[in-house]
Amino acid sequence: MKAKTILMLGAMLAGLGAVGSAANAAEISGAGATFPYPIYAKWAEAYKAKTGVSMNYQSIGSGGGIQQIKKKTVNFGASDAPLKPAELDEAGLTQFPMIMGGIVPVVNLPGVKPGEMKLTGPVLADIFLGKVAKWNDPAIAKLNPSVKLPDQAIAVVHRSDGSGTTYNFADYLAKVSPEWKDKVGVNTSVEWPVGLGGKGNEGVSAVTSQTAGSIGYVEYAYALQNKMTYALMGNKEGNFVAPNAASFQSAAANADWKGTPGYALLLTDQPGKDSWPITASSFILVYKKQDDVATAKAVLDFFAWSYANGAKMAEELDYVPMPAKVVSLVEETWKNEIKGADGKPIWTGPSS
Amino acid sequence: MADIALKGADSGARQHTLDVVFRGATWFFAVFVLLILTGVIVSLVAGALPALQHFGWGFITSSDWNPVTEKFGALPAIYGTLVTSGIAMLIGIPVAFGIAIFITELCPPWLKRPIGTLIELLAAIPSIIYGIWGLFVFAPVLQSTLQPLLINTLGNLPWIGSLFGGPPLGIGIMTAGLILGIMVLPFITSVMRDVFETVPTVLKESAYGIGATTWEVVWNIVLPTTRVGVIGGIMLGLGRALGETMAVTFVIGNAHRIQSSLMAPGTTISATLANEFTEAVGDLYLSSLVALGLVLSVITLLVLTAAKLMLLRLQQQAGR
Repeated sequence: MKAKTILMLGAMLAGLGAVGSAANAAEISGAGATFPYPIYAKWAEAYKAKTGVSMNYQSIGSGGGIQQIKKKTVNFGASDAPLKPAELDEAGLTQFPMIMGGIVPVVNLPGVKPGEMKLTGPVLADIFLGKVAKWNDPAIAKLNPSVKLPDQAIAVVHRSDGSGTTYNFADYLAKVSPEWKDKVGVNTSVEWPVGLGGKGNEGVSAVTSQTAGSIGYVEYAYALQNKMTYALMGNKEGNFVAPNAASFQSAAANADWKGTPGYALLLTDQPGKDSWPITASSFILVYKKQDDVATAKAVLDFFAWSYANGAKMAEELDYVPMPAKVVSLVEETWKNEIKGADGKPIWTGPSS
Repeated sequence: MADIALKGADSGARQHTLDVVFRGATWFFAVFVLLILTGVIVSLVAGALPALQHFGWGFITSSDWNPVTEKFGALPAIYGTLVTSGIAMLIGIPVAFGIAIFITELCPPWLKRPIGTLIELLAAIPSIIYGIWGLFVFAPVLQSTLQPLLINTLGNLPWIGSLFGGPPLGIGIMTAGLILGIMVLPFITSVMRDVFETVPTVLKESAYGIGATTWEVVWNIVLPTTRVGVIGGIMLGLGRALGETMAVTFVIGNAHRIQSSLMAPGTTISATLANEFTEAVGDLYLSSLVALGLVLSVITLLVLTAAKLMLLRLQQQAGR
């Protein structure tokens, strides 16, 4: 978090300094999700240094991003949850996944170290439903024969603010638990049956680390930087995997992007024996039919450059870059779907 | 001679123009406030209308808050807002009263200024700092000290026991109320101190002269003379407590439930707005959040009206 904050400040300062000098260079603007903001800001800074094109991103939240792109006040929108194909068509938008992260269940049980606790989707859902209410419940004990489980109530900690993290987490629970799907459902915030709400990742992590016997969920970068006790998750193939870049990438690589219109796909509960089951991607929204060809091309050039050159920066901030397979699919979509007023594709390949 | 007369007439005309301009400007500013207020109210009502039409009175009486099924009710947020502010007043008023009395009546002169400044500095701390401090420092301390104590003592009593039940979570309605109590202190204290200082020394000294104790002077002379100002200060603090957002959001636990225990997590109107506005997708959801804002404005308005009425009645009684 600290590193991210410093980077964000750095990016903002760099942006301020650049205002005067780059009056002539193109400027592109976007708004939306807060989760990918640090990496977009970092990419923008590096891209600006290289090409002189500045990208101004306002991290106002996915809901705000969707509204702003619909009102055409920005060149692109960003959302943590994909729009449904029908909604995309209605607005004339297309979307593509840009960056990934993982969501990690974290526990606070004295004596339990990171990676020692094993959980499966259905058990996790029952904990968050309040059905599994004690740590020594047989459902947890069966998965963890080697862990000493206390006779202690489980304190569930969730996000209190609306967030893409909650959307993806709830989506995972709905996929593995019919009861969650019926009773709670999926949204950026939901009616939690039990538990305490913390504001933001920092809130959840603070409450979790202060409350013995608690369980919460945070973004991977957060769990890593705060050295929180993450749990291993059983995935679709029944393997227990640890949250890391490889297991997130596996989920993205095994997902059926090709067969999903509008890439309206959540990376939760994906196949693959190494796949982390609660992976999430963040999406970019742009118009299919562009009036201002030059700006639209600048936007796509920026994202193409970020796909090609941004992986290392993403990993430094504990994000996970999209696999090459997905990138080439997305670039194909750009060629086929995003067109100027004359019907010609705007982006035909990486500019030199 | 003629020159001077001319000059005088000239500057007189200029002053007249300046006067007109000045009067116009002040008029404009005064009306401008009204315009802004009307604009805010109109847009709040317009924004809230879809939700209010959809849910009717159920919006106030229902305790559902489910963004998935788009069923929204404001009751838990209203409850949390009133209860946290109530706790804040319960803590804030006596402490502020004590401080103000100490400063004006009992304090050695050299200590007056430092204490007064320190209290006012409390008001200068941004509310987000109170929130972070509350979450990382105050809540863990409460969780390991005050809360277990209350649960083991008051929690066993009949009737009020359920108010102090449940596990000590550290964060919750009570913690939010206590933080609010600290936050409203400087407002109530400085108003009380200022009005206490306006009490004529003659009155107090006559009372002391006939053998009254400090307490008797405060209760029979100072308070009755200043009650309008005191109530004004309390209302100022209450207004702040009702609307406080950031500090509360951090420590209240943000659960849309009404639970009997004061240790349990809850939510307030402003905390709900701060939490959910950014990611609220869907017209009914957004409209319900705006409607919550409207409810908060109405509550504040009611509180202010009640205060005014109370003052009127007090003044009438005093006149008799």
